[in-house]
Amino acid sequence: MTHWQPTASINTLRQRADTLKQVRTFFQQRQVMEVDTPALMPHTVTDPYMTALSVDVLQQKMYLQTSPEYAMKRLLAAGSGDIYQLAKNYRADEQGRKHQPEFTLLEWYRLGWDHHQLMDEVYELVSEITGITKRTNITYQQAFIDHLSLDPTVITGEVLSERAEQLLGELPDNMLREDYLSLLFAEKIEPIIAEQRITFVYDFPASQSSLARLLSDKTVAGRFECYCNGLELANGFWELTDAKEQMQRFQHDQTVRQTLDRPSVDIDQAFIAALEHGLPDCSGVALGFDRLLMLALNKSDIRDVLPFAR
Amino acid sequence: MASYSTNEFRNGLKIMQDNEPCIIVENEFVRPGKGQAFARAKLKYLLTGRMVERTFKSGESVEAADVMDQDMEYLYTDGEFWHFMDPASFEQVAADAKAVGDNAQWLIEQDTCMVTTWNGNPIVITPPIQVTLEVTDTDPGLKGDTSGGGNKPATCNTGAVVNVPLFVQIGEKIKVDTRTGTYAGRAK
Repeated sequence: MTHWQPTASINTLRQRADTLKQVRTFFQQRQVMEVDTPALMPHTVTDPYMTALSVDVLQQKMYLQTSPEYAMKRLLAAGSGDIYQLAKNYRADEQGRKHQPEFTLLEWYRLGWDHHQLMDEVYELVSEITGITKRTNITYQQAFIDHLSLDPTVITGEVLSERAEQLLGELPDNMLREDYLSLLFAEKIEPIIAEQRITFVYDFPASQSSLARLLSDKTVAGRFECYCNGLELANGFWELTDAKEQMQRFQHDQTVRQTLDRPSVDIDQAFIAALEHGLPDCSGVALGFDRLLMLALNKSDIRDVLPFAR
Repeated sequence: MASYSTNEFRNGLKIMQDNEPCIIVENEFVRPGKGQAFARAKLKYLLTGRMVERTFKSGESVEAADVMDQDMEYLYTDGEFWHFMDPASFEQVAADAKAVGDNAQWLIEQDTCMVTTWNGNPIVITPPIQVTLEVTDTDPGLKGDTSGGGNKPATCNTGAVVNVPLFVQIGEKIKVDTRTGTYAGRAK
């Protein structure tokens, strides 16, 4: 018999509906405007490790968005003020206990805020929805020192790869320094730092700045991630507003793509143009809504909170 | 040569590592932050039973192992090999002591076992979950005690030694769980 039943129970879906409403009330009370930017756009991200799904629309190649970030920043540049979105996003090749190729992101932007102010708001939202009230703030560097007794800013490549294989077993060849650090972080730090507490790791190394601005000494970026009970919940930036620097980062992504033998992606010129026009000083964050529900409902598989998951 | 992408990884998939066939016991997709994605797998080497953790870059290709599981009827042992037959084709294969291992004690003629082959050669024999054995030797114990309080060792027709309740006597047939080697009741 063909399997037709939903992957989540109707009761869970009712709780999902309640949580969506709770999120909307949270932002309504704070005068943050809801927007819904298209899932289909003519450009996608240059992130070397991200693969977008593409479709042909009237003979034009369009991309299912991997995040609503560029479109929302264009709205900010156009004068929208504080905005949030509950967006369906799509990523090829992502599937597992915590990943689905289609998922829901809750993304929002706050004008005039730095990443610390935004972390406070993320805490308020997550805590309101999950009932978890304990909180930890720790820098990326300190997290490595405390939990693995290694300082990611000074450790040599050789020692790092040795330590990583000691802790994780045999690893692939051709790993970058960032790969070792991220994998160690994901496997050995993330699962233990956030037991029943909302944990913020902030000030990532400049090499992992993504779309965050660099802080005064240029070695770290105004980027944070939020974890709870082994789940990576959110990734936030004190946003880079400099169009020229943004363009350089995109071009750097292209170079990395080339060395990885991955197809190059056209840079989204409309996004760059919006930055040139002027993105107001702001912080923004993307929070995995499905994972937030997993946390709130104590589910260990993302399929348990989605009506029809793969 | 057949291969799998890490995107096809799932529990039970058989792949080659260090020129040996392995089975994927656990598999998790990991994408830390915005960086490189990985497949973190727990592998069991089928020839030795050794378990290892191994990480692959997501999308990497891994050679498939020509490993098959097939239900076969156990025929007999000649002391060196254990012989099995495919009930459909009547084709026979011979498994050596390395493949049979401790499971020799659960092999009863005409029982259906799972024979795992690699490139056509048997490497693992999995007996049925429950087998019926005959008790050939045990302490007569307390006659008439049927309350089942206490155990004693009993030697069975296959050589297996199983802890049984005191009331079980020589010549009786018992059911045994082969996964744990424990007594599971009297057989009719």
